[in-house]
Amino acid sequence: MSVFNQPRKRVIQMIILGMVILIITRLFFLQVVEKKYAKLADANAVLRKVIYPSRGIIYDRQNRSILGNDVLYDLVVTPASVKSIDTGYLCNILKIDKEEFRKRIVTAIIKNGRVRQSVFAPLLAPEVFGQLQESMYLFQPGFELVPRQIRSYPYSAAANILGYIAEISPAMLKDTGTYASYNSGDYLGFTGLEKTYETVLMGQRGIQYLVKDNLNRPQGAYENGEFDSAAVAGRNLRLSLDIELQVLGEKLMKGKSGSIVAIDPQTGGILAMVSGPSFDPNLLTGSYRSANFSKLYTDTTKPLFNRAIQATYPPGSTFKPMIALVGLDEGVITPSFGYPCGGAYYGCSRPIKCEHHDAGHAANLRLALSHSCNSYFSHVYRLSVDAGKFGGIKVGGMQKWADYMNNFGFGHKIGVDIPSEGRGLVPDKKYYDARYKGSWNSCTSVFLGIGQGELLLTPLQMANAMCIVANRGSYYIPHFVSSIDNDNTHLLDKYKQKHDVAHISDTAYSAVIHGMTDVVESGTGRIAQIEGITVGGKTGTAENYGIVNGVRTKLKNHAVFVAFAPAEKARIAIAVIVENSGFGAKYAAPIASLMMEKYLKDSISTKRQPLLKSVMETVTIDQAMLAKSHLDSLNQNAVIKKNKP
Amino acid sequence: MNRSQAKLTQGIDWPIVGLYLALVIIGIMSIFAAEYRGDDNVWQDILHPSKNYSRQLIWFGVSIVLAAVIWLTDSKFFTATANLMYAGGLLLLLLVLGIGKDVKGSHSWLVIGGFQFQPAELTKLCTNLALAKYLSSQETDFTKLRSRLIAAALALIPAGIIILQDETGLALVYFSFFLVMFREGLPGVLLVIAFSGIVLVLSALLVDRTILFIIFTVITALVIYFMRREIKRKRSKLALILGVYAFCGLFVMFIVPFVFTKVLKDYQVRRIEVMLGKENDPKATYNTRQSMIAIGSGGFWGKGYLKGTQTRYDFVPEQSTDFIFCTVGEDFGFFGSVIFLGIYVALLFRIIFVAERQRSTFTRVYAYGVASIIFFHLAINIAMTIGLAPVIGIPLPLVSYGGSSLMTFTMLIFILLRLDADRQMVLR
Repeated sequence: MSVFNQPRKRVIQMIILGMVILIITRLFFLQVVEKKYAKLADANAVLRKVIYPSRGIIYDRQNRSILGNDVLYDLVVTPASVKSIDTGYLCNILKIDKEEFRKRIVTAIIKNGRVRQSVFAPLLAPEVFGQLQESMYLFQPGFELVPRQIRSYPYSAAANILGYIAEISPAMLKDTGTYASYNSGDYLGFTGLEKTYETVLMGQRGIQYLVKDNLNRPQGAYENGEFDSAAVAGRNLRLSLDIELQVLGEKLMKGKSGSIVAIDPQTGGILAMVSGPSFDPNLLTGSYRSANFSKLYTDTTKPLFNRAIQATYPPGSTFKPMIALVGLDEGVITPSFGYPCGGAYYGCSRPIKCEHHDAGHAANLRLALSHSCNSYFSHVYRLSVDAGKFGGIKVGGMQKWADYMNNFGFGHKIGVDIPSEGRGLVPDKKYYDARYKGSWNSCTSVFLGIGQGELLLTPLQMANAMCIVANRGSYYIPHFVSSIDNDNTHLLDKYKQKHDVAHISDTAYSAVIHGMTDVVESGTGRIAQIEGITVGGKTGTAENYGIVNGVRTKLKNHAVFVAFAPAEKARIAIAVIVENSGFGAKYAAPIASLMMEKYLKDSISTKRQPLLKSVMETVTIDQAMLAKSHLDSLNQNAVIKKNKP
Repeated sequence: MNRSQAKLTQGIDWPIVGLYLALVIIGIMSIFAAEYRGDDNVWQDILHPSKNYSRQLIWFGVSIVLAAVIWLTDSKFFTATANLMYAGGLLLLLLVLGIGKDVKGSHSWLVIGGFQFQPAELTKLCTNLALAKYLSSQETDFTKLRSRLIAAALALIPAGIIILQDETGLALVYFSFFLVMFREGLPGVLLVIAFSGIVLVLSALLVDRTILFIIFTVITALVIYFMRREIKRKRSKLALILGVYAFCGLFVMFIVPFVFTKVLKDYQVRRIEVMLGKENDPKATYNTRQSMIAIGSGGFWGKGYLKGTQTRYDFVPEQSTDFIFCTVGEDFGFFGSVIFLGIYVALLFRIIFVAERQRSTFTRVYAYGVASIIFFHLAINIAMTIGLAPVIGIPLPLVSYGGSSLMTFTMLIFILLRLDADRQMVLR
């Protein structure tokens, strides 16, 4: 039988060979012909991990770090690896109960599954971290400490200037132009310097290729890191800002709505920019960011609104030096030009009241300025716009005047290096043509002469106007960043350029400057005097109209004070606005003066400490509004949860 | 001393031993590759068997002891106890049905003192012995239908019980005994019929039943038309044709749907449908897809030992057991895979060579049984990993992780070696 069936051995061998050849053919197709499997394997197993560089640090003018990076630790959990640990002890350290512990584990499992890490306790307080680190071996491998960088503001100040970073929004992700290099989950500057200098601060992200397993857990470098690129840390910014001055400004503005802008006239570098009420920028970092943000956003006192660049006010009498500059530059007046004011300006149909009626209080420019004579400047304004060489107000006079204003930096964004700057309003010929349908003259706009009427300026523009006066006709665009480490950008070029806006003889200038020093020496701004320093200033009281129940109603005036010092060669120019408070001399001038003293003398003299105290304690914000606010006027963050205890 | 040693290994077929060792070592290395992580302490893992490869090493040691015991056993023992072992095997299978443990959806495991053991693996050996015993017995005339039915029953009864244990893959292996029976004289036409049967099943699954029924009717009508003269001469031919027609109709319309809805498990139906391209459920195709990616990404030369990303990082499920071939495919590429398959072909051909040199029918049948079982495992397992067959969980002989499997194949091979060594003796 065995012999009989011998050929069947061949058949069986053929069956075996046939099957093996079929398999080999298929393998040849899979492994040699088809190339897609190698790609699919890489897609399976190679993890592209973005390495985030540390963000650039921001220093103030004394090289103090005012916005840096803090490393805080998250306690992360891998639920599947949590075995036989002393839960009670861990709960004790974290100060949670076992029920909370269980809840967090369940949340972690729901969020990321059992084998992947989830945050168990975010951003640990330093003492909790210390305690945990010592006994971490007890809780491993289920629990790990993972470092996380967050932005930190050591001085808790300059919130609106520095800005904050936040996670990129879905809408931004769709914008493939500007945000092409960002991925979902990335953080970027949303406001302030963080936004303007995003490209500089962010650094260059590195890419690391890792091998991962089927559950996306990294298992080590891919091809020994051959394709990896290193992260380059963000570059640091050095500001003209003086953080101590800024902190003082924020203290002075407590309980007040308004702003302070102080600029170094010689460079255009901003020394301090306060928007009151302010808040602690650390509120907008870390895990409580969104909760705090919505509180700040809905707060009745609008702390996120940077009044220094976004709010616009009529400058009031502080505008008079600018009227004088235009008149002098156009040649319609000379420093010795006088006006016989008898207590009001009668040049137009409606008289404009003046504070003074003694004869000769406006006998020349210096006197008119120091007495803030309304009649004088109404007249000078009309002379400027009606000047014959421009063919009268409607032909070229009004436009010429508006051009001066634009050159001074009014009526348009001045170009400061933080976003959301306001324009203000400078009415020109077109404006009046549209509003009065052609039937208007210099009397229609005469209120511009005393800084009222349609004119609106931002506090930044007011401070810049002081720079122009202090510099005798020139300014640099106000800015914060004086240098960028290893700068290869052209971001700062425009701030190095001097703008000459008036060409007036030194003697003519002296009249304006002396007029302003007289204001502080002997006029309305005496409270602004600083021992040993000549201060030029101008008080103002901006009339404030608002719509209340649909009726245009006069509200409490804004106090305005602008100044520069030392008058001979100014190192600081300042504008202060305190909303709805009253006279400029009473509320705004002390603040400006204390700021200048601090900057120029590095400290406030003991003699002025009581003034400092009383200013800080003054509350001008409407009590009803303050009651509804989350911000405590004396402790900016008492009500809001903070990351760090 | 020297003489006794020479005597001890006298008659052993070294090529089979060599090929056996090669496969087991490749197996342990592959399991190691599937599990090893860069920071593992290998020596510690070997000493404290927490990893599959270290356990497989232990199973290998146990297997060698088993092989030695078998080698020292008188070959007459196997012929004498074949039927007893078969009965014992069946008892074990029934015992599993009663007190077995569920592992990965199959009710086919016994737990003895912490170790899991799958009797369905062992009964392959018992069945092979019993079949060899039956076919070699002098009362058996394999040209008779009755003998053929008894032989088929011997092979299929354990398969039936194993299906009841939800281990369909292993049950399928028992069909390999038909290859043995073919060698022993089962008509070749049966292979043709079996092949036609497979075509019939596939078409029943792929083609709409009504259309298939119409096709059958047309074919039958044509056959009757062309054979009308023969039918006139012999009426029984018409009956035969109509019978086949009726069977095919019945098969397509009732049997296949019945098997698919009532006999096979849902997951098995889905796997078959996935393989036939009828369903594209990514969950059901996951295993095959990952396996094909692993093997396909190996390229011609492979990524190198321990360099495969797919097999090392758990992308392929059942990496150490059913899908162990992925490791070979990914790390050693097409080149390595062909060599690997070459080792199997060499082993199978050597076993067939050994079978054909036997004077004893028992040993020949037994040897063909060993070859057929290994071949079925090999073909189904590898076809599964490269997407040619549905995912049927059966191990790759000697290579896949698993003590039951390794020990069963060791015993199958070493009993053959023992029998072969005694081929000069007259055995039944």
